[in-house]
Amino acid sequence: MTEENNTSIFETKKKTITGTQTCGCADNCCETPAIQTTTSKIIFADRLDHLLARLGWNRLNHSVEPGLYRLGDPDAESPVFASANYTLSFDALRSSLAGIDAWILVLDTKGINVWCAAGKGTFGTDELVHRIESTGLAGIVSHRKIIVPQLGAPGVFWPEVVQRTKFIVEYGPVRANDLPEYLKTHTATPDMRCVKFSLRDRLVLTPVEFMHFALPTVAISAALWFLAGPFAALAAVSAVLSGTVLFPLLLPVIPTRDFSTKGMILGVIVSLPFAYVFGTTPGLPMWAGALSAVAALLLIPAVIAYLALNFTGCSTFTSRMGVKKEIFSYVKVMAGMAAVGVISGIILGVSKIMGVI
Amino acid sequence: MFNSYTETSLSFDSALCINCKRCTQVCPHAVFTAGPTCVSLDRPSACMECGACALNCPVQAITVQSGVGCAWAMIGAALRGKDMDTESCCGENGSCCGNSGSKQKASVCDCGKKER
Ligand code: SF4
Ligand code: SF4
Repeated sequence: MTEENNTSIFETKKKTITGTQTCGCADNCCETPAIQTTTSKIIFADRLDHLLARLGWNRLNHSVEPGLYRLGDPDAESPVFASANYTLSFDALRSSLAGIDAWILVLDTKGINVWCAAGKGTFGTDELVHRIESTGLAGIVSHRKIIVPQLGAPGVFWPEVVQRTKFIVEYGPVRANDLPEYLKTHTATPDMRCVKFSLRDRLVLTPVEFMHFALPTVAISAALWFLAGPFAALAAVSAVLSGTVLFPLLLPVIPTRDFSTKGMILGVIVSLPFAYVFGTTPGLPMWAGALSAVAALLLIPAVIAYLALNFTGCSTFTSRMGVKKEIFSYVKVMAGMAAVGVISGIILGVSKIMGVI
Repeated sequence: MFNSYTETSLSFDSALCINCKRCTQVCPHAVFTAGPTCVSLDRPSACMECGACALNCPVQAITVQSGVGCAWAMIGAALRGKDMDTESCCGENGSCCGNSGSKQKASVCDCGKKER
């Protein structure tokens, strides 16, 4: 393919590229943007930013400016790494490269991590090509190789990158901290290529999971406290905490592969003590005790199973087809259980107000 | 039973494969294994339908209906009467990774998917 052809391909694509980018400066100005400098040091402000990102605070503002960064003292021979402009992605990369002189090409992924952005296409062929062109990378390095994180692959069509920029895409390991080892041979071991979902990986997700449901949980617990006492309020809090924190932590050890049934199993275990206490409340007629026990046995597992099913979106191994099957198999069951549980609760509430119990 | 993940939409045509091994480099679950003349599809049920292999295969020997498998987004789509298959967790509207989504949606996908 000739230079001219290459350029014309780029010209036609450029419209779509600039349409989705934040700025059109590559079109309008003749100067390539200044190269920024970074270090591999993670300072306190970075850690604070990571913590806030993990808590879901100001979710989309944990980003760095896209463009080319100089790490250490790189020259024309130094390797080039692509990254997302999410601070956690960028910081994981630069801190893993301590002592290595390199270039980092930060793509505009709107502050989203590499894998999610690749799935969405923002970490993708067009943006990679656009950044290579707009930073004038070809004039900065003598080689024509760019190391793209493996998890960026769902968004990048490497033959097109080669065709449009003459840069060869090399897929690096999944985890940035394997990079020093990877750089010795430029081959990743099978282990480096596999996504893990370790206890720590799951643990860091729990604050965000819990925060989603924190407000409704407080409201429902407060209401239950007034209607049925502190123990009922505790049941609601326990259900949400179990679904959003305990479930992710225990994920691999709960039997069955489906998240819904895993959640159901955990839910039954969590609900048993509550059912027992409700069912044996002194001074309550037998039917009312039984009904409150049933309500706990149905509602708590339904809530936990639903929260568990939601965790598929965060897990690293559920397929869309499987999740769809889960939805068709279990959502109706969960809804049915929740409905009967709520109706039982209403009957109890009305009986209490009317003075029957 | 209790395993909805036995089948996936992944399919592989070994006759087309030119043995470039790209799919083995991009797959995060070692679904393909390198072989002497072409790769082999060894662990199909481990596939999470991320689409990396199909996109990166230069000869389209692999097809897969990629998607993130985010129950929240899919249930939402079903309730709104939309197509569950086109609704992606990381999609444009109200995406969990997205720019415009509500807070709840915005973080469902703060995934374990953030290495590097
Ligand atoms: S779709 Fe993703 S997980 Fe499935 S085989 Fe391809 S690369 Fe592997
Ligand atoms: S990417 Fe395609 S051509 Fe290359 S080894 Fe895999 S299946 Fe074969």
